Amino acid sequence: MTSTTREVAAVVVPQKGLGGDLRAIKIVVQRDLIRTFQDRLRFVSVLVQPLLFLFVLGAGLGTLTKGATGSLDLQTFMFPGILATSTLFTAIFSAVSIVWDREFGFLREMLVAPVRRSSIILGKALAGATLATIQGVVVLALAPLVDVPLTVGLAATLMAEVFLLSFMLTAFGLAIVARIKQVQTVMGLLQVLLLPLSFLSGALFPLSNLPSWLSIAVKLNPLTYGVQPVRTAVFDHLDVTPEVRARLNPPLTWDGWIVPTWLQLVLVAVIGIVLLGIAVRQFQKVE
Amino acid sequence: MAAVEVRGLRKSYGDIEAVRGVDFDVQAGETFGFLGPNGAGKSTTIKILCTLAKANGGSAKVAGYDVTTQRDDVRRHIGLVFQDTTLDSYLSAEMNLKFHAELYGMPREVVGPRLEQVMRMVGLWERRASKVQTFSGGMKRRLEIARGLMHSPRVLFLDEPTVGLDPQTRASIWEYIHELRKQEEITIFLTTHYMDEAEQCDRIAIMDEGALVALDTPAALKASVGTDRVTIQTEDNEAALAKLGEEAVLTSEGIVISVEHGESYVPQLFGSLGVPITSVSISRPSLDDVFLSFTGRTIRDSEQTPTMPAFMAAMGRR
Repeated sequence: MTSTTREVAAVVVPQKGLGGDLRAIKIVVQRDLIRTFQDRLRFVSVLVQPLLFLFVLGAGLGTLTKGATGSLDLQTFMFPGILATSTLFTAIFSAVSIVWDREFGFLREMLVAPVRRSSIILGKALAGATLATIQGVVVLALAPLVDVPLTVGLAATLMAEVFLLSFMLTAFGLAIVARIKQVQTVMGLLQVLLLPLSFLSGALFPLSNLPSWLSIAVKLNPLTYGVQPVRTAVFDHLDVTPEVRARLNPPLTWDGWIVPTWLQLVLVAVIGIVLLGIAVRQFQKVE
Repeated sequence: MAAVEVRGLRKSYGDIEAVRGVDFDVQAGETFGFLGPNGAGKSTTIKILCTLAKANGGSAKVAGYDVTTQRDDVRRHIGLVFQDTTLDSYLSAEMNLKFHAELYGMPREVVGPRLEQVMRMVGLWERRASKVQTFSGGMKRRLEIARGLMHSPRVLFLDEPTVGLDPQTRASIWEYIHELRKQEEITIFLTTHYMDEAEQCDRIAIMDEGALVALDTPAALKASVGTDRVTIQTEDNEAALAKLGEEAVLTSEGIVISVEHGESYVPQLFGSLGVPITSVSISRPSLDDVFLSFTGRTIRDSEQTPTMPAFMAAMGRR
């Protein structure tokens, strides 16, 4: 045996308190980051889809829609929507990792620790948001290629909005998967959920002149309130005529009332927190 | 102060009473073996002690803290090693331990030295940077034990620490457990299916159908179920048999004599028999016999045939 007899490091009784929960949240985030960057292939592969949408679909369909988008390239129009929805997969799959943890036993290590369950769930949500935002940075770097003039101010605004949106999305994912015990089940469920969510967010088309059923569905989708501020921020920096803007970036309205951007962001934050609360409750029921 | 104090503990799942009023104490520094057939209420009791399940009645204290009202204090003072691995195999061994240290809020300055200490204790210090997925089953178990010890728990719960491991690895795990007892002020509470392992505990409790049916040292338990068997080979078995009388029987292994205390009987025998003895062995009733006599089943039978399927289903529900 290689062990040597050494002094017992004095039996330490760790203190409790808020600091303990903060450390727990931090290490949960750190673990997810480490694991993601070990699996670079997955990280890169998630980027393929937004790139396809932007450069293939955007460029291809752009030939059809010339004129409809006025002076603006379709790709430029699509960019904010793609930026916002590119977070969807990363955020949700980050939430799914908790089901993996359950299946492989590691979740138990977290649940038996003397920390609040909410700290662990919050850590997971922040990890998902962080990862999705990092991915957003990569997509954001492509902005000049599609004629979006990037300034420091715009980049910072967009990143903050993307972070908020992906926090909500991870919380949404956690609330859904909290009681699911098998990864297989989740995968099926998410396939049914993800595309409708992203299609109905107005990420790929403007909110103007929609058929009324579609308009209602879009406004019921929480994702819409994360996409719209991103697009508005981008359009604030574009040089377009008021007519083009009115058609491509019309204000979001509730029964004729224009919903201000700050309220949309507050809504996203509130929904995120509520979903997180649901996720925590669900977890407490299971274990 | 007792490390574990259980009083009138009860737990039912629906109509099924898994634990029906159990009382026992585990002394500080003791290695305590917890045995019982599957579905005996053993795992439920441990879950309650580890704050993973809530009791319906009675009370339990671990390391001086009440498991229902002082849950986090209990958690801070116990280490857990489960049957199924709970390691993150994509992370390095070291990172798994650091994660644990953060989660348990260990003072930052002791994390490094403590990590080295526990990793050396289980002989994995050289492999600290390797990902856990490259480890063998035995190494993973050792790493889990190391992790369970990271935050210097008062009581270490080991649920079947050697199940599924080969005999050599089992032996080495036990070496670490003994080493641990020398080095740390710690109480070890373990369950096992292996009687030779139960033998190494200071005291054993046997649980059956939700109740505690036996609790004592291995030696006392064995003494309670029967007598020692002394087996001798002699140069003249006939003569020896005639001399020994009715208590002795001739078997293929030699002459077998049942006596109360084998050790004190043998020296006497050498003097009184008058026939040269060529070999002698004393065998005690094994813990298998103890288990059998208290539960009506051998531990191997009980492993294979859970007696209450409905109850097992309830147990499986987390």
